Amino acid sequence: MVARDRPRARSRAPADGDRPERSRTRATDRRTTLDGLLAAKEIVVCCGPGGVGKTTTAAAAGVLAALRHGSKVLVLTVDPARRLADALGLEGIGNEEHRVPDDAFRAAGLRPRGQLWAAMLDMKESWDALVRRHAPDARTRDEILANPLYRNISGRFVQSHDYIAMERLYEIHAERDYDLIVVDTPPTRNALDFLDAPKRVAEFFSSRLLRWLIVPYRSRLVNAASRPFYQVADRILGSEFLEDVAQFFILFQSMQAGFAERSESVGRLLADRRTTFMVVSTLEATPLREAEFFAEELASRRLHLGAIVLNKVLPGYLLDAGARAVAEAMRERSGELGRELAPSLAAIGSGLDDPAQIVRVMDEVAESFLNFEVVARREMEERESLSAAPEVLATVPFFDTDIFDLSGLVRLGEQIWG
Amino acid sequence: MTPLLEHRLLFVTGKGGTGKTTVASALALFASTRGRRVLVCEVDAKGDVAGFYEAPPTGFAAKEVLPGLFAMTMDTEASLREYLKLQLRIPVVGRIGPLAKAFDFVATAAPGVREILTVGKLCYEVRERNYDLVVVDAPASGHVIGQLTAPQAINSLVKVGLIRTQTDWMVELLSDHRTTGLVAVCTPEEMPVSETVELAERVRSETTVELSAVVVNRVLPELFGRQEERVFEALDEPGPRDALRGLTGGDPGPVLEAARLAVTMRRTRSAHLEHLRAAVDPSVPMLYLPYLFTRSHGLRTTRQVAASLGEELGY
Repeated sequence: MVARDRPRARSRAPADGDRPERSRTRATDRRTTLDGLLAAKEIVVCCGPGGVGKTTTAAAAGVLAALRHGSKVLVLTVDPARRLADALGLEGIGNEEHRVPDDAFRAAGLRPRGQLWAAMLDMKESWDALVRRHAPDARTRDEILANPLYRNISGRFVQSHDYIAMERLYEIHAERDYDLIVVDTPPTRNALDFLDAPKRVAEFFSSRLLRWLIVPYRSRLVNAASRPFYQVADRILGSEFLEDVAQFFILFQSMQAGFAERSESVGRLLADRRTTFMVVSTLEATPLREAEFFAEELASRRLHLGAIVLNKVLPGYLLDAGARAVAEAMRERSGELGRELAPSLAAIGSGLDDPAQIVRVMDEVAESFLNFEVVARREMEERESLSAAPEVLATVPFFDTDIFDLSGLVRLGEQIWG
Repeated sequence: MTPLLEHRLLFVTGKGGTGKTTVASALALFASTRGRRVLVCEVDAKGDVAGFYEAPPTGFAAKEVLPGLFAMTMDTEASLREYLKLQLRIPVVGRIGPLAKAFDFVATAAPGVREILTVGKLCYEVRERNYDLVVVDAPASGHVIGQLTAPQAINSLVKVGLIRTQTDWMVELLSDHRTTGLVAVCTPEEMPVSETVELAERVRSETTVELSAVVVNRVLPELFGRQEERVFEALDEPGPRDALRGLTGGDPGPVLEAARLAVTMRRTRSAHLEHLRAAVDPSVPMLYLPYLFTRSHGLRTTRQVAASLGEELGY
């Protein structure tokens, strides 16, 4: 039950055999390689749509940097696959940075020149740390940590993931001595959310609306203009809930200055020349559109687009005109080929020379090639249409197995390394 | 278990990149071709759904995109307006601007509030019987739980008030397994599978909603039986390979290699599928959709997926 709309192969001009060649040149013509890019930067923010191998790509870039450069590299990741977490020794590690032991590299037959560290973002722990940092006194701190709304925020507030990722990045960059930090960004509804998160959180705590909400609980004097607002709000939400909300904001306001200042610093760090962005995508239409939109946004915010990594790209031989001719011959003359090939197959082993079976194999092999050719061609067209101009454009082939250990990460890393 | 299409409210979720919106659009399309009056609602307002029917972008007001098939895009502020219009008999028109902003603001702090406006609107359409079936292109796996549990979350935070009185019937509607179901979309790859397994567990332990089906998208075809695979391996030996070269007049290498890639991909993916099947409650039906070797997206593709879904559902 395979659906397909392959164009009738014979009716198409077979003259695009040279096209993958041309796009290869395009990729290597760039000024830099990822190797060079990572050597010149301190922070790489890895971003892109969900499901394209972002986490794995970030880890691979980090592993390669630790292997090849004599530097201290941190991979800050969000939600790695369990086997990947195992490979990086992250299982049960949580928020703390943790060095990937040299033993793990040795077991994979590798000798890193530098050090590889890894850490996983724990939202709740990170938020608690923030509150401890910014709270004016111990009482406020404890009240915030115990507030039901706060617990709701730290655990479930989606945008808080973005904020925390950027906040942690800033903290680690400022306080530790890593030569390179590779950050994986959380899966978001909108790939851009994390760029705005620091600003939004700052706005959140300084908003006029916040004051509106708090007023009636600070002084019981509500002016005539805003009274209808509270009446409606009371009626919908109930005054008890409103009071909880107000209490929460009153507590949080004590930390507003700290948050605002911090968010500005985070914003500056993202725009700094030491920071670059690596957009990860596949050549599927939807993720690629999202990745392109993201690249445009980076440009409009004057942030540095260092690299675009295209993952899971089908092999170039699928676009080979000669190979297609062979596949078509196999499909159209499978009966004849079945009879003709039987003797040479019989010479390999017994029971291999049943012509009907050979015909079935021919048909399947040819069909499969022509099927995947359609997808490969679509991918190539998508890639040709890519208008963003990063310093590095790397293409990673479709790996036939999952990547779940250091050797796998190195294999992937080598593809993007240049 | 209630047959999938006999539900009246279906949430479709899945990890990003698995084809969640494709499946939601196709499911809605298929139901509409079976004569149901269907509403498909996208919650993550990316404006994708309309594209799957090659229709102009949709808004909060549902539009008929194909016969019997209506599409809308969730907008929590519009949902609040509609809610107030229906529920409150006090003159709020002039005040609604700042109120909506304040609501948005409170909603940011207490996630249940925003989600209740989404779920509330959907439940309302079901309760009022405006449609036979409402299909929701829901948020990705991690976030859908928050949506499904929003009424309970509100119940625990808000003790009195209008909202509180509204959540009880929603809880009832969402908990009724003959009415409401959750469909998880996944692909036979490591991360999507482990996320689906995790989702199934969370749905069971944290919500009252039933996981009604798992849709496995992009399943690669099986190329060979065991004996055929032997023949295929033998073809790659120098003798037959040279013979094949002579007969076709070209290098068969890439063609054989492509088949080998397809076989390995299929095999790696089968392992993930076995893991999925073993980890998910056996009473939950699995629907398998083939990998589409197509050039483009759009209505034609949606129809293909809808047809495959129909086959898998036994129509």
